[in-house]
Amino acid sequence: MALPEFDYIAAKSLEEASQLMVSMGSECVVMSGGTDVILQIPKNVAKGMKTVIDLKTIPGLTRLDFVDGEGLYVGANTKLFDIQSSPVVLDKMPAVAQAAHYVGSNQVRRKGTMVGSICNASPTGDCGAILLAMNAKVKIQSSEGTREVAMDDFWPGFKKIAADKKKGELVTEIFIPELKSGEGSAYFKHAVRKAMDLAIIGVAAWVKMDGKKVADCRIAVAGGDVTIVRGKKAEEMIIGRELTDELIEKVAEQASAEMNPRSSLRASAEYRYDMIRVYTKRAINKAVETMKA
Amino acid sequence: MKKIIHFTLNGEPVEALAPVNMTMVDFLRKEMHLTGTKRGCEEGECGACTILLDGRAVPSCIMLAMEADGHEITTIEGVKKNGVLHPVQQEFMDKWALQCGFCTPGMIMSALSLLNENPNPTEEEIRDGIAGNLCRCTGYVKIVEAIDCAAKKLAKAKEAEA
Repeated sequence: MALPEFDYIAAKSLEEASQLMVSMGSECVVMSGGTDVILQIPKNVAKGMKTVIDLKTIPGLTRLDFVDGEGLYVGANTKLFDIQSSPVVLDKMPAVAQAAHYVGSNQVRRKGTMVGSICNASPTGDCGAILLAMNAKVKIQSSEGTREVAMDDFWPGFKKIAADKKKGELVTEIFIPELKSGEGSAYFKHAVRKAMDLAIIGVAAWVKMDGKKVADCRIAVAGGDVTIVRGKKAEEMIIGRELTDELIEKVAEQASAEMNPRSSLRASAEYRYDMIRVYTKRAINKAVETMKA
Repeated sequence: MKKIIHFTLNGEPVEALAPVNMTMVDFLRKEMHLTGTKRGCEEGECGACTILLDGRAVPSCIMLAMEADGHEITTIEGVKKNGVLHPVQQEFMDKWALQCGFCTPGMIMSALSLLNENPNPTEEEIRDGIAGNLCRCTGYVKIVEAIDCAAKKLAKAKEAEA
């Protein structure tokens, strides 16, 4: 495939990248792994994009640290492959390692990043749902300073993210709070193939138990709307109640009912509604089963 | 637009004037004249273009030539050492793990990366390791067998060394 003409700049620092973005505005795109961005180059050049700014050449953004009492820090240039195979991530938050492993293939994951995955803002993205369910936070940096955005506010609309390119804002880190005693999380992706396939739907659940009662819960659905969204009414239904199979059944029906999936080549809306119900059940059950003692 | 890049290609330092809008697979084939790396789907799905970037298998069709700057690239042409095939290559031949051969270079690069990261993979791990490489001729049974045998051979060789 011959790509149209564009310029490429390997940024050496955040300041440089940020300043370039301010001066170029919509005429630039930024990438790290580039596994999504390179495919979008022809379309973006047609829309006026002139320069690709590479961020992976910026040092210091490959963090993958688990801090006891805090949680997991994932840098903007940290590869999905390193997340899926990290012993500490597999031990402390296996659902996050699993979500990373769901993306594309090993080749794609050795190049692609988790930050890039959420910045691509696909409504069926593989990493977003578990990050939303686990109440992750995103660090956004520009020359004007640093701000933190909760995953709840990260996707303001279809294919949109909270970081403002024209202001030179870059997502530099994801923070995922650690699982405390009585907390568990899980993510299930439903796709035709095990690898190299986009999700039909995916459901993540985070549960905090207090004995037999559900003290808190967050349910996030991929493929249920124009962005990855929470099933807030379903969460309200489960919080404070004693966990039973009947309750999980009802909560799963509610999570499905409050979604708005579309029909596409991949699946009909009707099928998606039903699979959201099925996978919500599985996600809640697994979150409870894998709960931290 | 062209820019100068410096990288290591199959162990040799390279300085090249590369078109900015060229993917790595096209750069390897058209500019470096290394046609072992195959162009398949050109969207990162099929794995035929798999190369090693700093020892790790990546798709070269969703990589710009510019991204090679400062890195070590290995293609299928660089796998044979001193005229001797790598055990993975040898096992692909011995086990007849190919038919048309189009997916084979990519398969071998993925296998090398896998065995580097995980020298004793289970069958499931081998299958996961090549899940991003499509073969439309043979099915995957012989390919998985070849990688498994190569892993055992390499482990034995390592044991003998120790």
